[in-house]
Amino acid sequence: MRNALIICRKELRSYFVSPVAYILLIMFGLIFGYFFWTALTYFTLEGMEMQMRGQMYPMNLNEQVIRPLLQNVSFVGCLFFIPIITMRLFAEEKRNGTIELLVTSPIRDMEIIIGKWLAALALYSCILLLTVLNFAFLFRYGNPDWKPLAIGFLGLLLQAGALLAVGTFISTLTKNQIIAATVTYGVVILLWVLDWVSQFESATWARVLSYISVVPHFNSFVRGVLDSKDAVFYATVIFLGLFLTARSMESLRWRS
Amino acid sequence: MITAKELTKRYARTTAVDQITFEVAKGQIVGFLGPNGAGKTTTMRMLTCFLPPSAGTATVAGFDVLEQPLEVKKRIGYLPETPPIYPEMDTSEYLKFVGKLKGLSGAELQKRVDYVCDRCAIADVKSKLLGKLSKGYRQRVGLAQAIIHNPDVLILDEPTAGLDPKQINETRDLIRGLAGDHTIILSTHILPEVEQTCEQVIIINKGKLVATDSVRNLQARARGAEAVVLEVAGRNGNLEPATVQQKLEQVSGVSRVLCKNQVDSRAVFEVESKGAFVRGDLARAVVDAGWDLNELRPAAVSLEEIFLQLTQSESPAEAVQAAAEGAQQ
Repeated sequence: MRNALIICRKELRSYFVSPVAYILLIMFGLIFGYFFWTALTYFTLEGMEMQMRGQMYPMNLNEQVIRPLLQNVSFVGCLFFIPIITMRLFAEEKRNGTIELLVTSPIRDMEIIIGKWLAALALYSCILLLTVLNFAFLFRYGNPDWKPLAIGFLGLLLQAGALLAVGTFISTLTKNQIIAATVTYGVVILLWVLDWVSQFESATWARVLSYISVVPHFNSFVRGVLDSKDAVFYATVIFLGLFLTARSMESLRWRS
Repeated sequence: MITAKELTKRYARTTAVDQITFEVAKGQIVGFLGPNGAGKTTTMRMLTCFLPPSAGTATVAGFDVLEQPLEVKKRIGYLPETPPIYPEMDTSEYLKFVGKLKGLSGAELQKRVDYVCDRCAIADVKSKLLGKLSKGYRQRVGLAQAIIHNPDVLILDEPTAGLDPKQINETRDLIRGLAGDHTIILSTHILPEVEQTCEQVIIINKGKLVATDSVRNLQARARGAEAVVLEVAGRNGNLEPATVQQKLEQVSGVSRVLCKNQVDSRAVFEVESKGAFVRGDLARAVVDAGWDLNELRPAAVSLEEIFLQLTQSESPAEAVQAAAEGAQQ
């Protein structure tokens, strides 16, 4: 574990000494700021309208602001940020020849992999941390329930962790970062839209496809429900992704 | 310290390393010699557990590279062909990172970082970004990285490639200084390097072991006879090489005289003799005949010639034969 942390620290450092981390943070801050502003403005307008009409429907910050925001975060974060985060993990080491240093050091492959994956997850968490600032406003001026929000965040992390594991695996397949990113984009988007078939088809194969998709499993979290079935799904994908990464690293040596 | 037994690495279509067997004793410096693409890097990668061998076994400090790779890796310092550096790190940060990877920590880590910086003459670039360093410095940082955990075995893949002559000399001195505590294998295709740094040579060509011996033995084996080079000058501006040659051939023990070249009244000869020590007689013969003796020196067969003889022939056995014959002709 100590070795994994050494690798993790090194990876985090290289995210933050290069502009990559800052650009990701800035872009996400911009996008999320806009999301937040529109969601909140719509919410207040709706509230005023209702007061004017004299209707008194229950207004709920959790359901009408936080939930759609979390869904947007998951969409933007996973689809646009994750491939950028994972593309360099192994591709860059292979291009630089530094993979030779890592592999000939007395540490296990799995420690390298977990270290790198943890670093990617930590960077993604930093990005998510930006949203805490905005959500804090909701707690200052309103009284949303914090528990669904916390579970939503947990869902975001699990979902990202799963896709980051997939991205980490793809990064071992090439020494070209552009290729790694492009393939990861493709795979992530596919994993995103796989459940579209469920809209018109309910045969077993369609249910399987839709089960593989990472989107439906997020719905329980975003509603504030901690469903172990969905947590297990993400954990399985994480495990599978990291396992494939390990096999791929091994095969690099047999083929190289 | 290092043993390789019928070590083989096959790729899809080619055999990069073909049944190489050798042994390296503790504290030795061994030169791994061969033309480009001979399989040097592949062999080294197998010893460092970067590549698994297709067949055969290798052990480092008694640990098998396939069975106990972690134990092997702990005892090996490896400098690959291109120094494995992270351009965005600075020197001391990088060395600390590598040190931690190799299991060092705390005060000991700091001590080792300072020591290797000092040893490899990189203390003045400690806080520079590696990406901004010159090739020579990168190479030395690579070397520092390899010795940071004070490994028993050092495996250096072309440690002097890309350095300027001064740096090459410094690096050689450094490597020589490291021998004794460390067992060193270094690969190169630069021959004087081996002559100057190594005690033992392993020559491979096209993946096959061609020769493994000490530098001295290899030279002796290829020479077979002693050769002397001498330059003779006529006193008053004219010199007949044929007469000189005749005179030299008459000296007892001389087996062959060859006129190498002639400029004005000076001529260079190569004289071979079998067994006998003829230099004194040669000098006397020249002076007695009224010529000047400008130069007289033993002609060492350079490793270069041995190397060419060994690597240009088809099979190893023939090669050694040819080397011996070539020198005798």
